[in-house]
Amino acid sequence: MKNGISGVVNISQVNNNQFAIVLRDVRKYYGVVHAVDGVDLRIPHGKIFGLIGHNGAGKSTLFKMMLGLERPTSGEIIVAGEGVASSNFRSARRKLGYLPENVVLYDNLSGLETLHFFARLKGAALKECEPLLDKVGLAHAGKRAVREYSKGMRQRLGFAQALLGGPQVLFLDEPTNGLDPQAIRDFYITLRELQQAGVTIVITSHILSELQERVDELAILAAGKVQAQGSVQQLREDTNLPLIIEVDLFGDQNSEMIQALKSIINILPDPTPSGLRFECPRERKIAVLAAIAPLGIQDIRLLEPSLEDMFFGFSE
Amino acid sequence: MELKPIITVAAKEFRDRIRNRWVLAVALVFAAFSLVIAYFGGAQQGVVGFRSIEVTIASLVSLVIYLIPLIALLLGFDAIVGERERGSLGLLLALPITRLELMLGKYFGLALALTLSTLVGFGVVALLLWKHMDVNALFHYFGFIFSSVLLGLAFLSIAILISVLARDRTRASGMAIAAWFFFVLVFDLILLGILVTTGGKFAGDSFAWLLLLNPADVFRILNVFSLEDVRTLYGLASVMPASLGSPIRMGGVMLVWIVFPLLWANWRFKP
Repeated sequence: MKNGISGVVNISQVNNNQFAIVLRDVRKYYGVVHAVDGVDLRIPHGKIFGLIGHNGAGKSTLFKMMLGLERPTSGEIIVAGEGVASSNFRSARRKLGYLPENVVLYDNLSGLETLHFFARLKGAALKECEPLLDKVGLAHAGKRAVREYSKGMRQRLGFAQALLGGPQVLFLDEPTNGLDPQAIRDFYITLRELQQAGVTIVITSHILSELQERVDELAILAAGKVQAQGSVQQLREDTNLPLIIEVDLFGDQNSEMIQALKSIINILPDPTPSGLRFECPRERKIAVLAAIAPLGIQDIRLLEPSLEDMFFGFSE
Repeated sequence: MELKPIITVAAKEFRDRIRNRWVLAVALVFAAFSLVIAYFGGAQQGVVGFRSIEVTIASLVSLVIYLIPLIALLLGFDAIVGERERGSLGLLLALPITRLELMLGKYFGLALALTLSTLVGFGVVALLLWKHMDVNALFHYFGFIFSSVLLGLAFLSIAILISVLARDRTRASGMAIAAWFFFVLVFDLILLGILVTTGGKFAGDSFAWLLLLNPADVFRILNVFSLEDVRTLYGLASVMPASLGSPIRMGGVMLVWIVFPLLWANWRFKP
């Protein structure tokens, strides 16, 4: 199932100032391999933007190009108001934060020394370092060598270095790798605080359930191309995947319910311990609810398609 | 290009070498070897104890030509490729630092560590033996130390170039060892082989200039030909043109050996 980019936008007329990140027909070819094959993206200021795709879809390559670590074969990339190919991109780098997947830090330095090192390189104030360690829950370990850190602690230290200098744009590649549930929860609370402060956040994750309720917009990549872009709700509507409706009934009213559903959407529901479960086409939702409401419902649950469902739909 | 990122990276590299006692270990190696040579270098002739600065330098030159290039190559071979292989290069280059600044920062930090260990290691000998040396001898000895520093810096540049060119640490270490073998052992054998094979047909000033293609030979020329007595000892005075005896000129050639590999590395260190 495929869809184009939600909305109608003339790329050439896009005002770069509206968006924190603009990609125009970006391509990256490694010989015959088309890692990125004509990507157009506009990421608004102050949004949490998810970039999802299967392994080899082009996410990491896109990240590297947006950070200026690799040059696109063709196309234009503008981040924080500067073209990545321009000689001024260095100044833009001071406004960026980057947490790579499987962040590697220096084992022989302490947590605090690590932040000091990156702060000096970034031109950030050294006095930011201790509060940042505290923010990511590493204040107690700041003087310990990184070689003594667990994977989760390294990930948190990596996140702290990404926050140095108060970045305007954050690139986070699989940021919750190695974090326990509490740390993941704290991480997304911090992310929302940053977003509310106006930071633009680009995030990738293979754990789609984590992203589902936390991103403002997302793009689904497959085979180097953007298959869909928009909010989660927009993509749900674009994919037109059915809802799942679960109904708990008083007593034995299954037969009436089944009759009603058959007449409206011609579907045979599956029995559950407390009632029935069935798929409902999105456009028939209201008619179905109106038909089954008088039939003695104890409880009803509407389950929207998950990001995972949509992802598999667009990736096919 | 900005100075601050270079200094930041250099300071970290130098601090790492101090912390892991690399500087101390190498300084001890240099001190130990040079003291042993200074005192026991004449044991084969039945003489023990400090003899003359010329003889001591001549013996130390032979030692340093083997040791310093090896130490410098092993110090620098993974400066860049190590970051790439470890996965930290991308994070570094996402910061406001250029590839050239990163490379120079690495070079200067390692160069400072190597220079410090060379100065301390050989300087200790001067402190212990200064009573046996007159001003002229001390001058020549410090000249030897300075040329040893230049030799180390030249091979460190070659190591940085290897680190940029190599795809992984294993290849880089192989290239570093190969470079050592070539410059320290093979190069002179090739030249001697050409001389012998051709029956000395191509011997002469122009042939002698070929020695400048090897920083180890430039170091040898710098030390051997700055000391009249040693020149005689080596018996090569009849072979070498007088222009090669200029320490300033040879120092300039060594500077080229320091700068050129770094320029090449900068050209090849691309995204």
